[in-house]
Amino acid sequence: MLLDLKDIRKSFGEVTILDGVSLSLDRGETLALTGDSGSGKSTLLHIAGALEPFDTGEVLINGKALSGLGDAGRAEIRRDAIGLIFQQFNLIPSLDVAANIAFQARLAGREDKDWTAKLIERLGLSDHLGKYPEELSGGQQQRVAIGRALAGRPPLVLADEPTGNLDEATGDAVMDLLFELTETSGAGLLMVTHSPRLAARAGRRLHLRHGTLTE
Amino acid sequence: MTWPVLQALLGHWRRHPFQMVTLILGLALATALWSGVQAINAEARASYDRAASAIGGGQADELISPDGPIPLATYAALRRAGWRVSPVVEGWVDGPGGRVRLIGIDPLSAPPGTPAAMAAVGIEGGILSFIGPQGALLATPATAERLEGGSRPVRAVEGLAPGLAFADLPNALALLDRQDVDRLVIHPDQPLRQSPLTEVAPGLERARPATADDLGRLTDSFHLNLTAFGLLSFAVGLFIVNGAVGLAFEQRRPMFRTLRALGVSSGRLVATVVAELLVFALVAGLIGVALGYLIAAALLPDVAATLRGLYGAAVEGTLTLSPVWWLSGLAIAVAGTALAAVTSLWGVARLTPLASARPRAWARANRQTMLAQLAAALLALMIALGAGVAGHGLLSGFILLGGLLIAAALALPAALTGLLALAGRQRGTALREWFWADTRQQVPGLSLALMALLLALAANIGVGTMVQSFRDTFTGWLDQRLASELYVTAETEAQAAEMLDWLDGRTDAVLPIWDTEGEVLGAPAEIYGVVDHPTYRDNWPLLDAVPDVWDRIGAGQGALVNEQLARREGLAPGDPLPMPGGWTTEVTGIYSDYGNPLGQVILPNGVLIERYPDVDRLNFGLRIDPARVDEITAGLEDEVGLPPDNMVDQAALKAFSLDVFERTFAVTGALNVLTLAVAGVAILTSLLTLANMRLPQLAPVWALGVTRDWLARIELLRSVILAALTFVLAIPVGLVLAWVLLAVINVEAFGWRLPMHLYPLDWLWLGLLSAAAAGLAGLWPARRLASRPPSDLIRVFSNER
Ligand SMILES: Nc1ncnc2c1ncn2[C@@H]1O[C@H](COP(=O)(O)OP(=O)(O)O)[C@@H](O)[C@H]1O
Ligand SMILES: [Mg+2]
Repeated sequence: MLLDLKDIRKSFGEVTILDGVSLSLDRGETLALTGDSGSGKSTLLHIAGALEPFDTGEVLINGKALSGLGDAGRAEIRRDAIGLIFQQFNLIPSLDVAANIAFQARLAGREDKDWTAKLIERLGLSDHLGKYPEELSGGQQQRVAIGRALAGRPPLVLADEPTGNLDEATGDAVMDLLFELTETSGAGLLMVTHSPRLAARAGRRLHLRHGTLTE
Repeated sequence: MTWPVLQALLGHWRRHPFQMVTLILGLALATALWSGVQAINAEARASYDRAASAIGGGQADELISPDGPIPLATYAALRRAGWRVSPVVEGWVDGPGGRVRLIGIDPLSAPPGTPAAMAAVGIEGGILSFIGPQGALLATPATAERLEGGSRPVRAVEGLAPGLAFADLPNALALLDRQDVDRLVIHPDQPLRQSPLTEVAPGLERARPATADDLGRLTDSFHLNLTAFGLLSFAVGLFIVNGAVGLAFEQRRPMFRTLRALGVSSGRLVATVVAELLVFALVAGLIGVALGYLIAAALLPDVAATLRGLYGAAVEGTLTLSPVWWLSGLAIAVAGTALAAVTSLWGVARLTPLASARPRAWARANRQTMLAQLAAALLALMIALGAGVAGHGLLSGFILLGGLLIAAALALPAALTGLLALAGRQRGTALREWFWADTRQQVPGLSLALMALLLALAANIGVGTMVQSFRDTFTGWLDQRLASELYVTAETEAQAAEMLDWLDGRTDAVLPIWDTEGEVLGAPAEIYGVVDHPTYRDNWPLLDAVPDVWDRIGAGQGALVNEQLARREGLAPGDPLPMPGGWTTEVTGIYSDYGNPLGQVILPNGVLIERYPDVDRLNFGLRIDPARVDEITAGLEDEVGLPPDNMVDQAALKAFSLDVFERTFAVTGALNVLTLAVAGVAILTSLLTLANMRLPQLAPVWALGVTRDWLARIELLRSVILAALTFVLAIPVGLVLAWVLLAVINVEAFGWRLPMHLYPLDWLWLGLLSAAAAGLAGLWPARRLASRPPSDLIRVFSNER
């Protein structure tokens, strides 16, 4: 199993956000996570991405348990196994598009020039490689984020409302690319969205409500 | 309506207390250094004023003799002719606690209102305690302390001129071993019928009294130096204030916009912001002035010692400050705040309710800004060079200095960006490439702090090089100048003759060092005599001379002049030199004479005696085997009866001279360190205020798999590298500064030029120090970053940023 969440509990102070959540995801699978605003979708994604610690339960990524890991171990998992796409502010402001796309793959020591060139070409970024994030439109920025998340061919891609800040037409185009390219790379995709329309495009759907998951 | 607006504005500081501390600290430090220097200057000037008004209230005209002292007989003749004049004699006496300027007056004939004469009447026991052979010396309590335990009784009197001791004329004449007086003070109201002055005393001239200005002119350069340093520190402090105000305004931009949208007029908004800044300025100003007082109090004793040693100016070592000084300190704080906040205020005034709520990319590299800065740097450079080439005098020297520093500071961001781009050119790991790119982007945000650091470092290198060059040249010069092993002063000419008898056969040479004073080319000068002796031939520090200079001295021809006189009057070997007494000699040589504010002429000794027969013949330099110094000293004391105080061996004299110089530069040294400390604070505060704005740049890198620990280490390395690069750039700036100080400022201020030496080892230390300071300044923000909860970093990616 690529990703295994077992009975995860998470509270912020008095407020319990996740109250025993379990899910699993395999390579090549796509899973959409829906729920109301504030229901804890992002929190769940951050826990799965080794970004946020959890209170009880266990997360396994490629069979490796997160609970025993320190800061360095978690960073290593993020670097080697996970591609991340957030709603916005994904990119490193001081690096240009080319460097942003290659950054994580190089960090993990897995730079694949042909694959990166193919991604850039398919994402339509060939003319923007020397530009800096602040010079790009929102849709372009998210395409760079997709390129970066996939450049190192991580087994797991996590996306948190990747089109939440885009207009519908742009968002749909970005979403097409995300589905197409994750499929090509063979990764498993866990995507958070509050749009039923987008969720419908995923292989599986889960709904988060009052801290627990339902189909 | 103003109150809720103010409340909204002030809420920001409650949430960012550190920013408030930064703002107040920067402003307080700037004010402190500035007003500290002003306090020192004010105290010195007050001392000059009091010294000048010590006799005749600084109002009455005086009679002086161009040929030197005035015989008492002349005084008596004037009195008989109906002139109401009062004699004054001046000189230095050595008290147990140090040298004091002694002024002898005649309290009975002194013009009404003379402070010392009034004090003489007012002391316990009345005027009889002042006059007569047992009469006391009068001085301020601080000066009286220095005289305590001497041969004369001393009375402390408040309100007298500082550093001066007053004695009844006969007592002063005895103490100074003189039979004549220096000047005669003319009463403002004279009887109607007198014989004309030209008949009674044809040799005397009527003159305006010496005023505070005379002493002021002499010490002007010193105070200008201090002021320049105060200004530099103030500027460095304002960099901090500007940074803090700019950031606070940038972060409150959304709030300003909301307030405008809610119907607050632009005028009211600006007025409220101004009120807010005014409060800060006053609070910081008060702290700053208090700090300035402490700085001044700490530095003043050294300054007083310097002024005494270098210029003979008497300055009290304690502070008494007027309310005006406090007020002007506050005013400068307010003015500084206004200056530092003007761009931000302009931004608030132009803010429209519909302006973007997102903070501008405040710390983003901005090509346009950098180009504008480069253009301004070029302009400053041109003004500096213009002043250097076309201008004359100290002021143009300082314009040259200031222009160069400003140009260097303005060019710094572009230079750093260039260097960092070069460093980032090589391909390395992804993290290394990101490091260089990100450091380059950091430059604009840190540029003010780095400029402050550059200025402080350059000033440090420049002044350090000057002081070290000075010290090296000076010690070498002292070795040449003080060639005799023992210097002795006889009490009377009879004793001098006895001494010479005793010394006969016991020394290698006895060199007379006789001198008088006179006016040469319109300014007071010292006139010395010299004999032709290998001591001088081998050692005298000649800068320029005719080839057979010593042969001609031996033959009784020509004169040597010191560098400051030669520079002031444009004299070169071969030029004629008119001397007091209406004769003319020829300049045959020019020698360096560091530390002397006066011009100096050295004549062949025979000529000195012939032209100025009443010269004191009491001082001698003795060439002896250094091992026999103690033996000779003891012999002179026991057999000739020379007081031990009248014998100074070479080592003691060198130590004394060096001490004067060390003290001169102790003040600049202290200001140097303070300026560097302010720059360190500027870096720390910039890093801390930038730390929050850094999160969006760091969070993606963290999310992609770099630990917080690593990021913190990289951040630390970044500030060290930026400081190190700034330091490398500061070296050439500092060297140019040193050159200007040595070759322009010193020549204008003191009249001598020093050779420049380089001290790379000192730079190494300074470089390590600044890197360490930057590292230390970076440590706290780095530690905070390392221990940030992940949720802080995650929040960067969410909507609610
Ligand atoms: N670091 C945090 N500290 C406190 N509360 C938090 C934190 N992060 C999220 N929350 C709260 O947890 C709840 C779930 O947040 P989130 O996972 O972002 O929801 P969603 O993504 O579904 O909109 C919200 O009420 C949010 O305010
Ligand atoms: Mg969310």
